[in-house]
Amino acid sequence: MIRPKVELLDIDLVNQIISEGIAILENPGIRVHNQEALEILANAGAKVDFQAQVAWIPEKITRQALKTVPHEFTLFDLNGNPAVHYFGDKIHFDPGSGGLTIIDSQTERPRLPLTNDLIKFVKLVETLPQIDAQSTAFVCSDVTPEIGDLYRLYLALIYMNKPIITGAFRKDTWWTMKEMLSAVAGGDKALALRPTAVFDVCPSPPLLWSDTTCQNLIDCARFSIPAQLISMPLAGATAPVTLAGAVVQHTAESLSGVVIHQLVKEGAPIVWGGSPAIFDMREGSTPMGAVETWMISSAYVQIGKALGLPTHAYMGMSDTKIIDAQCGLESMGSNFSAALSGANMISGCGMLDFESCLSYEKLVIDAEMIGMVKRFVKGIEVRDNPVALSLMQKSGHKGEFLTLPHTRKWYREEQYLPSEVIDRASYEGWKSRGEKSTFERARDRVEKLITGYQPTKITEELRQELRAITLRAAQSFGMQSLPPLPQGE
Amino acid sequence: MENELFQKMAQSVLDGDSDTASALAKEAVDAGIDPLDAITKGFVTGVNKVGESFACGQAFLPELVMAGEAMKAAVATLEPEMQKRGIQRTMLGKVVLATVEGDIHEIGKSLVGTMLSASGFQVYDLGVDVPAARIIAKVKEVDADIVGLSALLTTTMTKQKEVIDELDKLGLRKKVKVMVGGAPVTRDWVQKIEADGYSEDAIGAVAVAKQILGL
Repeated sequence: MIRPKVELLDIDLVNQIISEGIAILENPGIRVHNQEALEILANAGAKVDFQAQVAWIPEKITRQALKTVPHEFTLFDLNGNPAVHYFGDKIHFDPGSGGLTIIDSQTERPRLPLTNDLIKFVKLVETLPQIDAQSTAFVCSDVTPEIGDLYRLYLALIYMNKPIITGAFRKDTWWTMKEMLSAVAGGDKALALRPTAVFDVCPSPPLLWSDTTCQNLIDCARFSIPAQLISMPLAGATAPVTLAGAVVQHTAESLSGVVIHQLVKEGAPIVWGGSPAIFDMREGSTPMGAVETWMISSAYVQIGKALGLPTHAYMGMSDTKIIDAQCGLESMGSNFSAALSGANMISGCGMLDFESCLSYEKLVIDAEMIGMVKRFVKGIEVRDNPVALSLMQKSGHKGEFLTLPHTRKWYREEQYLPSEVIDRASYEGWKSRGEKSTFERARDRVEKLITGYQPTKITEELRQELRAITLRAAQSFGMQSLPPLPQGE
Repeated sequence: MENELFQKMAQSVLDGDSDTASALAKEAVDAGIDPLDAITKGFVTGVNKVGESFACGQAFLPELVMAGEAMKAAVATLEPEMQKRGIQRTMLGKVVLATVEGDIHEIGKSLVGTMLSASGFQVYDLGVDVPAARIIAKVKEVDADIVGLSALLTTTMTKQKEVIDELDKLGLRKKVKVMVGGAPVTRDWVQKIEADGYSEDAIGAVAVAKQILGL
């Protein structure tokens, strides 16, 4: 059986790109605006200019880091079961993260999200089997901005079973988030043994680690919390315009992250991820729906696999402002590219307007896409031997396959069964169901799924502890109380 | 004969060819041509053509940026001659540009700077992550007519208001116009912080800058 796959680079180009990435770390080197990281690099033998905050990393240090980096790891759900295996060509999906607005289901226009929105989003993700992990999807506008990152995690931890892909906006709030995860896991050691969360850490193009993200990277390594590198070259603006050139920059930035990370702790889990894009030469924007964006991502994922690392990509998004045809075509093309490229975690479902807006409706529509692409990469399996000869000889010319036990046995395996979001009725059937658009069907489904959400087994004690941690953080930034949770929850 | 040279100058800007633009500027100096004529009848014609081309989808950002660079190169070559003759290019105004504190995004701001300087503004670009105090200091130092503030994050956008409040406190607000920009900036925000102007893109920014100075 073949696992369908797409590769855009031949082996020589892969090696060339890796060599150039390594060479870039030697010259012009990497900017590191974090004192601790500069010291770590200097101690390891890199040439460091502490004033200019630049490090020149010799090849042998990079090669050594690539030797110690783990080739796989597993994320666990909150019940202690393995849930996401970052390995090989296994694909998993989580929603886009870091959004600022949400599409209002009635007006179909963006608005600022509140606490109840994030809770609803987390619940929705729980009810969608196609989606493997939560994300800290968007910032809630009803809390002070300084706790924007940790507040999302707090809410998610109360309503989720699935593992979560998250990220911090500051150095100090990373610790608060770690404290929460540790409380849920039963201690730092337990958390390291069975990680439930991955932290995104982003270098800035070109070739720069900011103080905050670099510190997050170091702290994740120290506690063996998986760090997901998110290099984001903008081809033609903050990176070379050639697709291959953008991949070289991604390689260099990501390698520098691997080096710093592994110097902090050899063998700590790390992911070769990213969120590159081309730079739109008309609008000066960063289209996630551009096919070239998908190609750059597919290529860097291939590089990550060549280096033996788990991979990730930001795909499955659209640049539209409303849920329309462009939304569908971009999200689907992107999801397909990502699935065929075999990225272990694909972040982006539910997200639109570049990476700024989330939508409940888009999430359920994207869930269908995910169901389809997962089905596609499962390929065509041979269920019987012979494939169909005996069956057809027995069945003859009757054509009554619908009545056969064989059909009943295999149809759920052979076919991805979409929800009513995907319309396959006759014209009259569609009419009789209210002549609904995809968006309207999705909206109905959102409500239906939410009513079916099952609360998790989180203890009251843990809920209080998490709230106390969050409240302490809020108060340290001048916010005296937190928004209330919905009644009876 | 002069016209031929002016046409070549315009073309060098259209082509985004800094070397040729510089060389043609030098040719003009050597031929005793009025440097101001070289600018207004030669190079600026090219800048306007590129702007039009962009507006109707024939040219794109790379052409725009390189045209701006070519313009800069030409002006730099003509500057010493203008100083010698004691003539000054009439600047439309002085603009201080900065990406606000905590924000490192600068592509948009740099594009605005390029277009403004190509269109005849004197631009002082302070770069990224610039504290309000430094912006105000520069505004005072050069006696700026406009300060342009860029922010790409909703978390740093608030610094735009901070600069406006500072200008207010120092009694400079009446004299200095404020333009704001960046992806999260909306018309609502512009109204809320009482900025004077806003543009979706760099080309529009030139028109807005002219308009708020009453030109």
